[in-house]
Amino acid sequence: MSTNTVTNQNLFQRIRKLRERLGPNLRDRVVATLYRQAEEITSQVVQKNAAQRDLDTFIDNIVTSKILGLPLMLLMFSGVLWLTITGANYPSALLSKLLFGFEARLTAAFHSLNAPAWLHGMVVLGMYRTLAWVVSVMLPPMAIFFPLFTFFEDLGYLPRVAFNLDRFFKKAGAHGKQVLTMCMGFGCNAAGVISCRIIESPRERLVAILTNNFVPCNGRFPTLFAMAAILTGTLFGASHHLPATLFVTGIVISGIGITLIVSWLLSKTLLKGVPSSFTLELPPYRLPKIGTLLVRSVLDRTIFVLLRAVIVALPAGLFTWIFANQHLNGVSLLDLAAGGLQGFGRLLGLDGYIILAFILGLPANEIVLPILIMSYLSQGAMLELESITVLKELLLNNGWTWLTALNMSLFSLLHFPCATTLLTIGKETRNVKWTLLAAAIPTGVAIVVCFLVTQIAHLFNLV
Amino acid sequence: MGMTRKASGIYAFLEELRTSSQDYQAIVALAGNPNTGKSTVFNGLTGLNQHTGNWPGKTVVLAKGFYRHQGKQLALVDLPGTYSLLAQSVEEQVARDFICFGEPDAVVVVTDATCLERNLNLALQIMEITSQVIMCLNLLDEAKRKQIQIDREKLQTLLGIPVIPTIARNQDGLDDLKTAINRMVFGGESAHPRTVRYDHDLEAALTELVAELEASFQTRVNPRWLALRLLDSDYPLVKKIISYLNHNRRHTLKSTPQGVKL
Repeated sequence: MSTNTVTNQNLFQRIRKLRERLGPNLRDRVVATLYRQAEEITSQVVQKNAAQRDLDTFIDNIVTSKILGLPLMLLMFSGVLWLTITGANYPSALLSKLLFGFEARLTAAFHSLNAPAWLHGMVVLGMYRTLAWVVSVMLPPMAIFFPLFTFFEDLGYLPRVAFNLDRFFKKAGAHGKQVLTMCMGFGCNAAGVISCRIIESPRERLVAILTNNFVPCNGRFPTLFAMAAILTGTLFGASHHLPATLFVTGIVISGIGITLIVSWLLSKTLLKGVPSSFTLELPPYRLPKIGTLLVRSVLDRTIFVLLRAVIVALPAGLFTWIFANQHLNGVSLLDLAAGGLQGFGRLLGLDGYIILAFILGLPANEIVLPILIMSYLSQGAMLELESITVLKELLLNNGWTWLTALNMSLFSLLHFPCATTLLTIGKETRNVKWTLLAAAIPTGVAIVVCFLVTQIAHLFNLV
Repeated sequence: MGMTRKASGIYAFLEELRTSSQDYQAIVALAGNPNTGKSTVFNGLTGLNQHTGNWPGKTVVLAKGFYRHQGKQLALVDLPGTYSLLAQSVEEQVARDFICFGEPDAVVVVTDATCLERNLNLALQIMEITSQVIMCLNLLDEAKRKQIQIDREKLQTLLGIPVIPTIARNQDGLDDLKTAINRMVFGGESAHPRTVRYDHDLEAALTELVAELEASFQTRVNPRWLALRLLDSDYPLVKKIISYLNHNRRHTLKSTPQGVKL
């Protein structure tokens, strides 16, 4: 063998040594140099009409600027939430008045037909009431939130969001496009999980899939809105829109924070690796056509999600009612199960009924709150739940404090994904282990966070 | 090359191209960003004489076509549209593998004149791999409408490669493009692409590694690009490059085929 022949091993060693000398992020340096060159050449050969150049660039310089980018984003997001909370109040009250008014008529009809009490209970108190709740609580915020969200989507703002958040995700060892999958998650986590296909590297796709659940989906937003109203109500005497908005914004931001932390932990442990660079095209801004926007957001999203919720709510309402009205030694099955979970619930600043509602709500997050209300109602006096104020009274009567509302929000934000999402994760990963982890990781996080919050609150005698 | 290479990926594709019924004297690859009118250029050049084929093992569809110009028969391969050759997507891998390991006789980069800067990024990356590059400056009509003016001659000087203006939609400039390709492939007219200079540390490392590679290997791919990727890429690409290098050892040196394994 000739002495100056490079063997593979020599070459490998040389490369390793040079790589060590050059330090990390070499690829970034290379890409930055290429971009600089491209910019330099362009500036020498391209001439644009000054006026034409460019409203887009001007706007982009502001909305993706290092200083203003994030605050502007937060401002717009809380603006959307504020409009949703404020705007949804009135139609929500109207709808529930209408639907619960119809419940009285249904009851009357059942009585006049001499229908047996169990049938009335199952159909009216079980199925219809859950349905009425789902519709009146979910429809108004969705009908406002989705068109607004679609507006920003069609405007071309979402890629800018990904651009703004890229550095954080990179630090967490995740892919910048994960932000886009999270945006989809706001609508529905199952859709969010499917959208993770846009991430090419399998490692980063898994990180995105496993953490998508930390973005509150549409099924959980109504719960968050209700909790916001109750929380601000118990703290300030009456429900205010501004603190409620800030509360929901805060919850969403903590969801993003948890996403980053969990992504970081995953990329340091189970899914080791470095983030890959990618090219994100910032499309030109386009003013959306209001007509198509409304049709698409209302038909494709609002009605779709609502129908799904209704389909799940009917059997769930029926099941819960039976569960609450089947007695064993004079105690209903529901109370029995909730009693068993009481101790655990208390540790997390919740109670047995809330934990049970989350478990029974596995098919869809939309029905967690209705199930909870029904379980509270089944043990005491019947209430006409016409508004949030009545809901607040019901919850306070069941021993709720602001801490319960806060923990309920956190648990809702962080707990296991719904059955649809889990099935989707199973299909996308084709792996039982990752699917189970997708349920276990969030649940673990939810338990730890709620436990800590509760213990801290008790430690400082805040409750 | 006289070596038996595994008939997978690029080599299977080239084998299929070779054994196709059509004769050709050179292979030209067509690269470019998405939405630059690359397919229009491809259709304009090959007319109906084209087929689509799968990149073996990947779910990327490649079109290949043939055309005759000035008595020469050429095969044209339409690579997937990409913004870069550096990231991880399957499309980018396929495009990159074809340009470097497929060793086409020339690469045409189709660029969108309305957003040249973004397109230059890909062009610069291709120019690092091979000097046989021609730029097709397309969509000039749209650029004109948007009042964007491009100094083509200056661009050509700065880049060091032929820059051919086209409006592929109207077949404008495609004949010039064909002629430029023939001049480069058959006329022995080689381009001298501008070299992208990196920071001082990286340049020092590159010089060192390139010298080492040049001592032992003779490659059609620019050793500078190989060295750069050996330093900044992930393991699969490093492995691919080393295996490519091993097939291109200088004959004067005796290699050690046994005992050295990756």
